[in-house]
Amino acid sequence: MDLAYTPEEEEFRARLREWLATVLPTLPPKPSPQDWPARRAYDLGWQRTLYDAGYAQVHWDASPTTRLIFLEETEAAGAPYVGAGFVGLLHAGPTIAAEGTPAQRDRWLPPILRGEEVWCQGFSEPDAGSDLAALRTRARRDGDDYVVTGSKIWTSHAEIADWCELLVRTGPAAPKHRGITWLAMPMSAPGVVVRPLRTLAGSAEFAEVFLDEVRVPVANRVGEENDGWRVTMVTLSFERGTAFVGEVVACRRVLGELARTARENGRWDDPVLRRRLGRTNAEFRALWRLTQWNVSEAEASGGVPGVGGSVFKLRYSHARQELYDVAAEVLGVESLDLEQPWVLDRLSSLSYTIAAGTSQIQRNIVAERILGLPKGR
Amino acid sequence: MRFRLSGDQAALRAGVRELLARRFDGEALRAAVDVSGLDRELWRELGAAGFFALRVPEADGGVGLGLPEAVLVFEEAGRVLLPGPLVATHLAAGAVDGAAEGEVVVAGVDRGGLVEWLDEADVVRGDAAGAVALRSVDPLTPLHRVPGALPRAVDPVAVLLTAAEQLGTATRAGELAVQHARTREQFGQPIGAFQAVKHLCAQMLVRAETARAAVYAAAVTADPVDIAAARLLADEAAERGARDCLQVHGGMGFTWECEVQLLLKRAWVRARRGGGGAESEELLAVDLLA
Repeated sequence: MDLAYTPEEEEFRARLREWLATVLPTLPPKPSPQDWPARRAYDLGWQRTLYDAGYAQVHWDASPTTRLIFLEETEAAGAPYVGAGFVGLLHAGPTIAAEGTPAQRDRWLPPILRGEEVWCQGFSEPDAGSDLAALRTRARRDGDDYVVTGSKIWTSHAEIADWCELLVRTGPAAPKHRGITWLAMPMSAPGVVVRPLRTLAGSAEFAEVFLDEVRVPVANRVGEENDGWRVTMVTLSFERGTAFVGEVVACRRVLGELARTARENGRWDDPVLRRRLGRTNAEFRALWRLTQWNVSEAEASGGVPGVGGSVFKLRYSHARQELYDVAAEVLGVESLDLEQPWVLDRLSSLSYTIAAGTSQIQRNIVAERILGLPKGR
Repeated sequence: MRFRLSGDQAALRAGVRELLARRFDGEALRAAVDVSGLDRELWRELGAAGFFALRVPEADGGVGLGLPEAVLVFEEAGRVLLPGPLVATHLAAGAVDGAAEGEVVVAGVDRGGLVEWLDEADVVRGDAAGAVALRSVDPLTPLHRVPGALPRAVDPVAVLLTAAEQLGTATRAGELAVQHARTREQFGQPIGAFQAVKHLCAQMLVRAETARAAVYAAAVTADPVDIAAARLLADEAAERGARDCLQVHGGMGFTWECEVQLLLKRAWVRARRGGGGAESEELLAVDLLA
């Protein structure tokens, strides 16, 4: 049991740190959150920079510990977040790498790595959220195409995506998990309509995607027809590995800023607030250790993320909300001013116990898959 | 990075678990409630197994292992609610004759003014003059209170080993709750099939596993701030875990004969060691300004 890194890992960290110090000052200024084309250009530009320096594939090929170091260092240095590259690098790409044909891998993976194409995710539907397998977007075969009709929701980056990893129902008579197929849909196809959704934070981070008789070539199917649920599970387990490393590093930085702000504005003298800050520090220190524990487990099991992912997500999503509630205590009445730091983050944090599996669904998963409790009737 | 148990550590844990299952099972635990005093024979067996001499250097006749190993051993002790001033005697090994071997029982005056197992102790570390017996909430931890000034600063190792015991108790609480939820039937199905019960059990696991990462990491770094964090997480996991376990057990959980009450009461006693969690929170707050 130790927390030491190998000489190779330390060398990777030192090299990365040095590279970040030289490259980050040369980046263009961050675009406005409302300017989608600029955001696309900025995020893809960063991915291209990573590609040219040999770091593009770190999410796919590197050991879990190396990935941990990469995410820790890039966040600590203030490097751009994966942004518009998220679905391609962390969902669709790994799925295609694992389940695609050689031709599919050659077509779709290099543009993701080089920062040339953006992917979005068409999984959830208005009537299929936690119960994802109940999805109803229909695809019928017509010659060499599937003809797809339905609607998707909570699709990030839909406005600027080239491709959508799409789950459709191809076997309406089969049990719900066995009639689903995974397709790569070009967002430029006729019949695709994107409507932005405004979140409670005021921004348009998600969209609804309406599909009306959209033709998708059968050649764009990854995995067998009606085997899409299994193909999807490959993607979802990938997400639970080191997904939140950068965010935990960022939260710990915010916590330090909160303490310093409290010192400056006098709130520090309130022992109740001070102790709450201390407890939140304990929480995020523990979450960092839990990350290291999970990464070590993944390392030992050959890169497969273990059950620790659900445990981590449950604890982290709650801790993140608590962090920004503490921020509101530090700010006092200024926490009601959207111009103040952390106020928008506090609003955004509300999605964490819902997105990528609600806390309630996560608890079911923990109880049934880890603890072995019986499924309810 | 190998932040997981080594083969030797896993073997050590298995060995301690086996010893305790043989010498201090659930029946022995319930029997201990009805007798006063410590089982000195068991104490000597613990000594012979290296429980107290674990961190004493081999050159001085000890086992020569480190904090991570001690944490694993104390976690097992916490799992079965092993009674006695385990932490105080462990810390006295090498300094007090006979402590390492389990020949003497050592009690210590805690920062909060509490002394556990004073009447049973052969040696008391700290000034216990004027100690007054309390009617201890935990039937398996006799308590005295020393009036007046607080004793010396808390040894971070004592805090960490207590956190390890809490972790063991939190894990045990989760296991008992799941076991009960699987077998107890109401409305024609095991109560563990109901989400309300499932979610209690899931949260117990989440708290225990988060605390585990914090406690093990603190054992590796021995850093006082890491130890303070571990202590807060472990206290929470044990106290809330035992409460949730009681809730899952329903009416049976409220009875004297049910083991769950002993988990909760011991967790309460341990959470008061070192003067409670407030100091740890303050330490962690100041750390943010560093």
